[in-house]
Amino acid sequence: MTSSMMIFYLLAALLVLSSLMVVFQRNVVHCAMALVAALFLIAILFVTLQAAMVGVLQILVYAGAIMVLFLFVIMLLNPTALEPRRGLSWGFGMLVALLLAGALAALVSHNEAPADPFAATELFGAPESLAKSLFTDFVLPFEIASVLLLIAIVGAVVLAKREHN
Amino acid sequence: MTDVNLVPLLPATQVLLTALVVLLLDLFYQEGEKGLLAWVSLLGLALCAGETLFLWGSQESAFGDAVMLDNFALFFTQIFLGAAALTILSSVHYIRQAEIHEGEFYALVLFATTGMILMAAAKDLIVFFLALETMSIAVYILTGIWRASGRSSEAAMKYFLMGAFATGFLLYGIALIYGATGSTHLNEISNYLIESPEDWPPYLIGGALLLLVGFAFKVGAVPFHFWVPDVYEGAPTPVTGFMSVAVKAAAFAAWARILMHQLAPLDSDWAFPLWVLAIITMTLGNLLAISQASVKRMLAYSSIAHAGYLLVALVVGEEWGGLPLLFYLLTYAFMAFGAFAVITALAETEQSPEDYRDFSGLGFKHPFLGMAMTLFMLSLAGFPPLAGFAGKFYVFRSAVLSGHLALAIIGVLNSLLSVIYYLRVIVAMYMEEGGAEGKSFRQAPYLYIAIGLAALGTLYLGILPARALEWSRVAFLSLD
Repeated sequence: MTSSMMIFYLLAALLVLSSLMVVFQRNVVHCAMALVAALFLIAILFVTLQAAMVGVLQILVYAGAIMVLFLFVIMLLNPTALEPRRGLSWGFGMLVALLLAGALAALVSHNEAPADPFAATELFGAPESLAKSLFTDFVLPFEIASVLLLIAIVGAVVLAKREHN
Repeated sequence: MTDVNLVPLLPATQVLLTALVVLLLDLFYQEGEKGLLAWVSLLGLALCAGETLFLWGSQESAFGDAVMLDNFALFFTQIFLGAAALTILSSVHYIRQAEIHEGEFYALVLFATTGMILMAAAKDLIVFFLALETMSIAVYILTGIWRASGRSSEAAMKYFLMGAFATGFLLYGIALIYGATGSTHLNEISNYLIESPEDWPPYLIGGALLLLVGFAFKVGAVPFHFWVPDVYEGAPTPVTGFMSVAVKAAAFAAWARILMHQLAPLDSDWAFPLWVLAIITMTLGNLLAISQASVKRMLAYSSIAHAGYLLVALVVGEEWGGLPLLFYLLTYAFMAFGAFAVITALAETEQSPEDYRDFSGLGFKHPFLGMAMTLFMLSLAGFPPLAGFAGKFYVFRSAVLSGHLALAIIGVLNSLLSVIYYLRVIVAMYMEEGGAEGKSFRQAPYLYIAIGLAALGTLYLGILPARALEWSRVAFLSLD
């Protein structure tokens, strides 16, 4: 077993553990924290797969922006500890989970010879190539998006700022 | 590498810079001096209008053909600039009285205008999408900017949610079209459509139909119109005027360039849905407008009905429908803006809606407002020799000439139906006694200037439409 395999298994085990915690914790805040951990672990997995950019985006977008939104909702609603769930929703969730597990198992068992890997160039998915296309082909959309963000900031201030008087 | 040619972005950049200057100056001006910001905004818009006239006739593209500055884009740019300028003129007094933040208000109008200008010029679906969002988000904020008014906040929330829903349709449509054709660039997409006819994957049609639904939401066509009355009623009235004129023109500009022109090979797939959409939009819009008690709400439904007439031009297609579409949008800009501006003159309060009683006796109390409102109502109803008649005449004529006789007949019948509710306003103004409880009207000179300009435009386009028709023709022909 190579060292990279060992790192993978370690990360995978931690990921499974934190994902289970997301589902089985009774306290919602603990669930959210476990989700943050899971998202970070996935980001590290991306980095070990030579996709550092995707890893960084994973942390920025999911662990950053989306989790903040989750936490805001939790804070605003302030739910008490969840009741153990049984019944229809529980059964439906189990069904979906089993189906997904089955599909995954079928995929893994059929794929003995790895398919021809995507002919990725050295810079595929690297920040350099992203930056290059962002600032050449897509420079105009990039600039319009920055104007859009400015408008959103102005809007947030003008709609939500506390009035002085 | 992409070519760097900034000329096609000149109008949009000019308006954007004005918005930024207004935002910055807002920091330095004291309360009470902020009226100057309106003049800064108007100056920027006037400069941009000058540039637009200077650039008329150019045919330049930039950023790998992502934007195209042709007469089509310039024609719509003029409409947006005019609408923005009239909106700013008519809101100077209004926003001061409603204690709306002046700097942010003007800046957001200018930001929205920037988005519209880019929408009309976009030749790439990503640029189009971002420009649409630039416009939409600025308008969502403008809708809710009157924070003291609960109606305004409610309208903003509804508009935002429905707008986000529509955005989802548009984006999914764009994704499917990209998946089928391998490009977001309109020229490449239409090349693909022409070179491999009848070899299209089914999800390409699905993508085009989703795009159609997204556009239908944005212009408020039935059955995607539910947000229109609530949003138009709740938004500050100058913003309602801006929405009904400029936002609608921008959505139709993009619709004409993208679906009607560039994706024309697909039109057999959406011809029927669009035909149905046009008929139910006209009919339902007019029928619901009759039953409204509030004039502002009536105008919202009338705006839906007018979207229906514009859809007729889209059904008719490129060859016949292009000129009437552009000309109608131009005429509609003046009359609809004018009608909303007269309602702006009605000093509104939080509780009471603007109902017909508020107009009782207006014709005698304020002859100017009464005359102007009469003019706008008659024009919207389509009486000659006003702009609305000319606009409708060319739309229905194109429908007849292209063989859509049923559509033309239903359109004319609808137009007759609409006379009922437009005349109700005139009857209230001239034939009913103004009670003591009648509302007072603002003494706002700039607002009256805006109303006067809109009235002049309505008269001019009705009596001497030839030049504007020629502009519309040249503008539509410049699409490549």
